[in-house]
Amino acid sequence: MIPGSFSYHRPSSVAEAVGLLAKLGDDGRAIAGGHSLIPMMKLRLAEPAHLVDLAGIADLKGIRSDGNDIIIGAMTTQHDLIGSDLLGTKIPILRETSLQIADPQVRYVGTLGGNVANGDPGNDMPAVMLCLNATYHVTGKGGERRIAAREFYQGAYFTALEAGDVLTAVRIPVPPAGHGSAYEKLKRKIGDYATAAAAVVLTTSGGKVASCSIGLTNVAETPLWAQEAAKILVGSTLDAATVKKAVAAAETITAPASDARGPAHYRTKMAGVMLTRALARAKAKARG
Amino acid sequence: MAKSHVKMTVNGKPVEELVEPRTLLIHFLREQLMLTGPHIGCETSHCGACTVDLDGKSVKSCTMFAVQADGADIRTIEGMANADGTLHALQEGFREMHGLQCGFCTPGMILRAYRLLQENKSPSEEEIRYGISGNLCRCTGYQNIVKAIQYAAAKLAGVPFQEAAE
Repeated sequence: MIPGSFSYHRPSSVAEAVGLLAKLGDDGRAIAGGHSLIPMMKLRLAEPAHLVDLAGIADLKGIRSDGNDIIIGAMTTQHDLIGSDLLGTKIPILRETSLQIADPQVRYVGTLGGNVANGDPGNDMPAVMLCLNATYHVTGKGGERRIAAREFYQGAYFTALEAGDVLTAVRIPVPPAGHGSAYEKLKRKIGDYATAAAAVVLTTSGGKVASCSIGLTNVAETPLWAQEAAKILVGSTLDAATVKKAVAAAETITAPASDARGPAHYRTKMAGVMLTRALARAKAKARG
Repeated sequence: MAKSHVKMTVNGKPVEELVEPRTLLIHFLREQLMLTGPHIGCETSHCGACTVDLDGKSVKSCTMFAVQADGADIRTIEGMANADGTLHALQEGFREMHGLQCGFCTPGMILRAYRLLQENKSPSEEEIRYGISGNLCRCTGYQNIVKAIQYAAAKLAGVPFQEAAE
């Protein structure tokens, strides 16, 4: 399995990378950690004539606070996310999710930017980004713009990114102190993509759910933000009857493929089971 | 396609070569540097037989281009033995605890375990199993691989190795 020939570029700034990609057009492709792209190139399902490696751009790495947001550079690896005390304290669902992605070697190299920008419905971070209401910073020919994660995903491998765009950072509003969160992922074996997975972030007040947000992974062509299901849960104590109603609402918006991970109706039901478990775990962690 | 000039340190020695950009790091190591310790198992980033240590990270060298490793400091199984020629604690552990049968996965296992022990000097059994979850072994059932890593952790810490009761 040897990829097709290509020319390699290693720009040292975002401006240089965007300039190169604009000039190269359809012949150019940006590479981050490469753990989705290189396997595709080995199978010759992707044959870019030029690779623009983002690894040499120092500005794309790192995790920092900006007011009530945390900004994570696109080239920050899953391993970096797991090791970040700032994220561990403020947005623990990120560490929890990263630890369920692939395996240690892949996490040392795979990046947050690649995970969210690729548009692969099997990737775990996109649903978490919908759940957290993240915003993506994108630089393209026309300069920098910001795209809400909830408006970014259009279909399998289709996103709001246009040719020549580079996703440079992910901006996440820090959930309120005392919030509870969980990412529940059903997989056939360690390292696998999800059969179905659910991300939950919620706050409670007097034992009742004060706010709730839900994301679902790999049960449609795009990650899903289960807005109706979350709405049903607000004001409840997460009693069995209300949870059942919310799970039904979440299941309704799924449209999974039948594949080696199971038939469509099974994966829909598993999305419901993952949601039920994630809700219980998130509530147990919430303080309020 | 024009070749690229790469410089790196491999097992402590400086290396300077010309490579095609599409050359995967595993092919560069095995066929250009003749370091055949890192193995090609699945070629799809699953099995971990090609694992090498690169700038303090365990990486699957089948899923990286050699040009991406320009400037890197790389260690393969060929660079594991101590300077005086004696085995590294991990190599000794795999021998003493029968941590291999066919041996195909062993270079990747040892390089992964090396980084695991750099980051966590006394991992629990669960942490070891999670830490090597990117490396597949089709012979041993992992029991003795886990023991081999425990043996090495104890030896590196200078404490006697106590095999857990089964």
